[in-house]
Amino acid sequence: MLDQVVFYFFAVLAVASAILVVTRRNAVQSAIFLVTALLATAGIFLNLNAEFLFIVQVILYAGGIMVLFVFVIMLVNIDVALHQVQFNRQWFVALIITAVLAAQVVAAIAVSRGSLYTMPAAPAGTLEPNTERVAFVLFHTYMLPFEIASILLLVAMVGAVVMAKKRV
Amino acid sequence: MVPIGHYIFLSAALLAIGTVGIVTRRNVIIILMSIELILNAVNINLVAFSRLVGSVEGQIFAIFIITDAAAEAAVGLGIIIAFFRNRETVLADEMDILKW
Repeated sequence: MLDQVVFYFFAVLAVASAILVVTRRNAVQSAIFLVTALLATAGIFLNLNAEFLFIVQVILYAGGIMVLFVFVIMLVNIDVALHQVQFNRQWFVALIITAVLAAQVVAAIAVSRGSLYTMPAAPAGTLEPNTERVAFVLFHTYMLPFEIASILLLVAMVGAVVMAKKRV
Repeated sequence: MVPIGHYIFLSAALLAIGTVGIVTRRNVIIILMSIELILNAVNINLVAFSRLVGSVEGQIFAIFIITDAAAEAAVGLGIIIAFFRNRETVLADEMDILKW
C-alpha cells in the first residue's frame, strides 16, 4: 500500500516537472525543474529496491551533471535568448509526430500486456544486499564493459576540455 | 509491487515529453536537458524490469547509461560553449554553418 502511494507520488512529480522543463521560457528554471524530475526518478529507484542506483542518481545527476548545466547557462548569456521566440516554426508538425510516436509506444504496450502482466514478480528480498550484488556482477561479468566505460569517460573529459578551450 | 505496466507507462510519458522538448525548443541547452529526460526514462524501465525478474543486470545497464549521459553532457556543453564563442547564439535553428 505504502509502496503504491510512494510510486504514484514520485511518478506525478516526475511527469509534472518534466513538462515544466520543456515549457519554461527561462533556462535556469528548466534546470531547476530538471533537478526535481531527476530526484523523483531517484525516489522511484529507491521504491524499486535499487539503493545503489538511487545514490548514484542523486550524486552524479542531481549533483554533478546539473552543476555543469547551470555553469553553462551562466557562461552563455541568457538574457538575449530570453526575449526570442522559444519554439521553432514547425512546432505543430513536431507535436503531431510526437503524438504518433507516443501512440505507437502505447499500442506496443497494449499488444504485449497479456504476457507482461502474467509475469510473476520476484520475491521481495532477491536483490538484497543491493550494492554488494551490483558490485559482484559489475566486476565479474561486466569487467570489460566497465573498463571501456572508463575509457569513454576519459575521452569525454579530454574532448570537453579541448572543446571549451579558447585557443586550440 | 506496483504492476510493471505502470512503470512502463511512466517511462513512455517521460520519453514523449523529452521528445517534445527535443523537436520543438530552439534553445540548445534545453534540448540537451530533454535528452537527459529520455535517458532517465530508459533507466526507469531497466530498473523496473530488474526488480521484476529479480536479476541485478538491469541496474548494471542503468549504470552504464548514466556514464554515457555524463559523457554526453560534458561534450555537448563543451560544444555549446565553443559555438557560443564563435557565433553568439544558443538557438538550434541559427546553427546552420554547414548549410549552403
